[in-house]
Amino acid sequence: MGANYFPPAADMLRFLPEIVLTIAGTLLLLLEAFKKDEDSRSVISTLAAMAIGIAMYGTVVAYDNPGLGFNKMIVSDGFAAFFRLVVLAVGLLTILCSTSYLEREKSNTGEFYILLLFSLAGQCLMAAANELIMVFIGLEVSSIASYILAGYLRDDKRANESALKYFLLGSFATAFLLYGVAWVYGMTGSTNLLDIREGIAKGVPSMVMVSAAAGFMLVGFAFKISAAPFQVWAPDVYQGAPAPVAGFLSAGPKAVAFAVMIRVFQTAFEAVTPSWEPVLWVMALATMMVGNFAALWQNNIKRMLGYSSIAHAGYVLVAVTTHSTTGTAAAMFYLAAYGLMNYGAFAIVTHVAGRGEERVTIDDLKGLSQRQPAVAALLTIFLLSLIGVPLTAGFFGKFYIFKAAIDSHMVWLTALGLLNSAVAAYYYLRVLVAMYMHDPQTTEHPEEIPGGLKITMWLTAAMTVVLGIFPGLVLDIATKFAVLNK
Amino acid sequence: MNLLDILIAAPLIGFFLTLLLPKDNKGLIKTFTLGYSLVVFAASLLLIGTTLDRPSAMTWVTDAPWISTPAIRYHVGMDGVSLWLVLLSTFLTPISILLSWKYIDHRVKEFFAFLLLLEFGLVGVFVSLDLFLFYVFWEICLVPMYFLIGIWGHDRRIYAALKFFIYTMVGSVLMLAAMLYIYSKAGTFDYPAILLMLESGKLAFTHLEETLLFLAFFLAFAIKVPLFPLHTWLPDAHVEAPTAGSVMLAAVMLKMGTYGILRFCLPMYPTAAKENAPWIVVLAIIGIVYGALVALVQPNMKKLVAYSSVSHLGFVVLGLFSGNQWGLDGAVYVMLAHGISTGALFMLVGFLYERQHSLEIKDYGGVASAAPQLSTAFLVTTLASIGMPMLCNFVGEYLVLQGAAKTNIWWAVFAASGVILSACYMLWMYQRTFYGETPESVRHHVDDLKAREWACILPLLALMIWMGVYAQSFLPSIGASNQTILDRTTQTTRAEVVNHGR
Repeated sequence: MGANYFPPAADMLRFLPEIVLTIAGTLLLLLEAFKKDEDSRSVISTLAAMAIGIAMYGTVVAYDNPGLGFNKMIVSDGFAAFFRLVVLAVGLLTILCSTSYLEREKSNTGEFYILLLFSLAGQCLMAAANELIMVFIGLEVSSIASYILAGYLRDDKRANESALKYFLLGSFATAFLLYGVAWVYGMTGSTNLLDIREGIAKGVPSMVMVSAAAGFMLVGFAFKISAAPFQVWAPDVYQGAPAPVAGFLSAGPKAVAFAVMIRVFQTAFEAVTPSWEPVLWVMALATMMVGNFAALWQNNIKRMLGYSSIAHAGYVLVAVTTHSTTGTAAAMFYLAAYGLMNYGAFAIVTHVAGRGEERVTIDDLKGLSQRQPAVAALLTIFLLSLIGVPLTAGFFGKFYIFKAAIDSHMVWLTALGLLNSAVAAYYYLRVLVAMYMHDPQTTEHPEEIPGGLKITMWLTAAMTVVLGIFPGLVLDIATKFAVLNK
Repeated sequence: MNLLDILIAAPLIGFFLTLLLPKDNKGLIKTFTLGYSLVVFAASLLLIGTTLDRPSAMTWVTDAPWISTPAIRYHVGMDGVSLWLVLLSTFLTPISILLSWKYIDHRVKEFFAFLLLLEFGLVGVFVSLDLFLFYVFWEICLVPMYFLIGIWGHDRRIYAALKFFIYTMVGSVLMLAAMLYIYSKAGTFDYPAILLMLESGKLAFTHLEETLLFLAFFLAFAIKVPLFPLHTWLPDAHVEAPTAGSVMLAAVMLKMGTYGILRFCLPMYPTAAKENAPWIVVLAIIGIVYGALVALVQPNMKKLVAYSSVSHLGFVVLGLFSGNQWGLDGAVYVMLAHGISTGALFMLVGFLYERQHSLEIKDYGGVASAAPQLSTAFLVTTLASIGMPMLCNFVGEYLVLQGAAKTNIWWAVFAASGVILSACYMLWMYQRTFYGETPESVRHHVDDLKAREWACILPLLALMIWMGVYAQSFLPSIGASNQTILDRTTQTTRAEVVNHGR
């Protein structure tokens, strides 16, 4: 090879989104240090949004240069591009929502956007990782930034609790993941997904050990996607974190954790599929049930959405369980759709909650349809989509997932999963009841909706409906990219 | 794009147009929606001619791709059965709007917009020829009705609305699972294509598969009908719903269930339908008798009419599973007749409520002397509902009983007791409400029908008589459509007979 340590240009292009985000984050960090006056803050949020825009373009460039990069450590394929775009889009929505939110909470500082950029860089890396160490680095970069974002409101007790819980439990889970990586390395002598696959195919001392190692890693991933029985952190974190951050956490990191999980288990550990399928089957069902049944009793909307995000992870797990291309495509569609509708719902919670997030119970939404009909109508679209009513993105998400499950002959899981979604209807409908069927409790004039928040709400709602009528727009892409490089 | 497509889209467009109207101009909203729905109704009348020429086949067909993967098509069309159900929907929508003219004074825009959205869903359900499309419209119907009950209903409206939504949802998700299963085997949601594949043997279900698929579909429909013992959501929904909601629910939405059985369960799963018919018929007969007995002891008029619906819909299910031409024709005829007569009953009970603000029978008495016109209209409707000859229900119930007797005489014997009981509960209610002493409050509050109310009830009364006197206007086309469905069922049965013969 010689002493050429500088990677070829194509490798750099394959890694462009991460490079852009990291450089932009670092530069903004410096800018923040030099500009301390009020005006500079809006500059930083604008620049951060532009950086995400460039990273999106970088994703396209990376996609145009497919292949393995940096000595097989990362891979630029359609699958990676899809998830990079999803998390970047979620990041953009987060910025749109956060500026007015942080101003309202009087803590609009540049660090927020910088941390967001770093978190996104980590997530993009996870989407493209072809190597367990890269997965780990991406996960850590993304998570550590997210822990801080969850506790961004320093003076808020709930936010602190949320961040601490997220941090402690998150570290614990990452340790499991790392332990699994160590075992795998011990057995196959590699951390590269393709090499591991090959190593297992050639023969390893014990398949039981491989399964155990895969099991350790599954624990780590299950935590990140909040699958039962590792879901306990989710409601607390979503309840305590600032609303735009909670939306971010439920959409971006979760989607990309699923992406890594799918990639690792469908490439490196494909050989152990028969033994982990029943585990996933049970886990998917348990996750749906725990999320849905616990959500029935919640009065705090953020907490309810936290439990609902657990339930939705369960639906995606059904798709993962099928271990088929259609299943992967369904999971990809669902994660994109879920990102839209759930972020939309959190955007509305951000607005309705008011200063200090004081109005976050379902009772606080009473009579919303009379006070702010447009906001209520938009939230209705998101909730109907979360229920899975036709002509919304959420419906087609569920539809494709359960279709994939039927194709893989998982009739019982399908029936139980669909019945679960009927249970779920109850708690979403409670919100509709409060908004439409009760009279308002206050006569206060509703606050003006800030511009960024307004754009987020309308954009996500429009996309939710468009994907509900023309699901092919995303599904066709997902189907094309669901085949992983093995 | 033909007239039917326009007719499907029109209520949806109307829904959005209504939302754009200024919120405070209530008169404009009411006038607009009434005019709009009348135009839609007039347009729907233009459908009749073509369909009646060939009622046994699908007319006004449009078949276009909608989603490529999985293959979902926008495939609609109507035959002799769906024609009348579509007309029932478009006919009752303007009446429901006129009916709510005075009663709805709170959040007017949303109310009338939701009525149009409901019309969109209903028309779609009755003309869909793609399983998936059917499911979409089926679910869409749920949303406006949920709001109609939940926002403008009475005291326990929220409980009733939630119960209505969840009950239906549980049934329909299993139907969705069954549809997905069919798709995984057939590779299409297109209903006529699936039937063709079944006929040619390209697609075949094992016995267990067919039974489970049948049950998954049937459960969704049975909840909607509602068949005893799945009926408990119905009295709650009816009692709590505003008058227009009750009318649409009873007259059209319940028919979605029976229509589904007729359109999908019988042709797609003929063997399972035949095998499961005995216990389903037993449930239907229990529903007929039980509904009537419970109606007998209701102190609340609306609840009484609601339970009478359970009883009448039992006849429809009985007819559908008798497995012969009379039964099917009668079932469809009862569907239409029940739509007219029970719709009218809910309307008249609503008129009484608007005057006296009570639904309890004991708060009334001697209304006949206070409001003779109202009483007469009520009497005609009552007689129609109990199956008086020359009025609409008689034709249908007679055909159902004849069809049932043909299959099993005991079915007819037990079901016929429902007819007698219906006379008991309806006439007893009529007697307690309209005859006897006239209390001061009734004399004071209950005045006679006004012009607007006459305009609502008169078309229904006319139809009751028309359908009772000259059933020939409707029966031939219904019969021809049913013939097609029946042919599929008996083909399979005949094959079985031959096998047994050997």
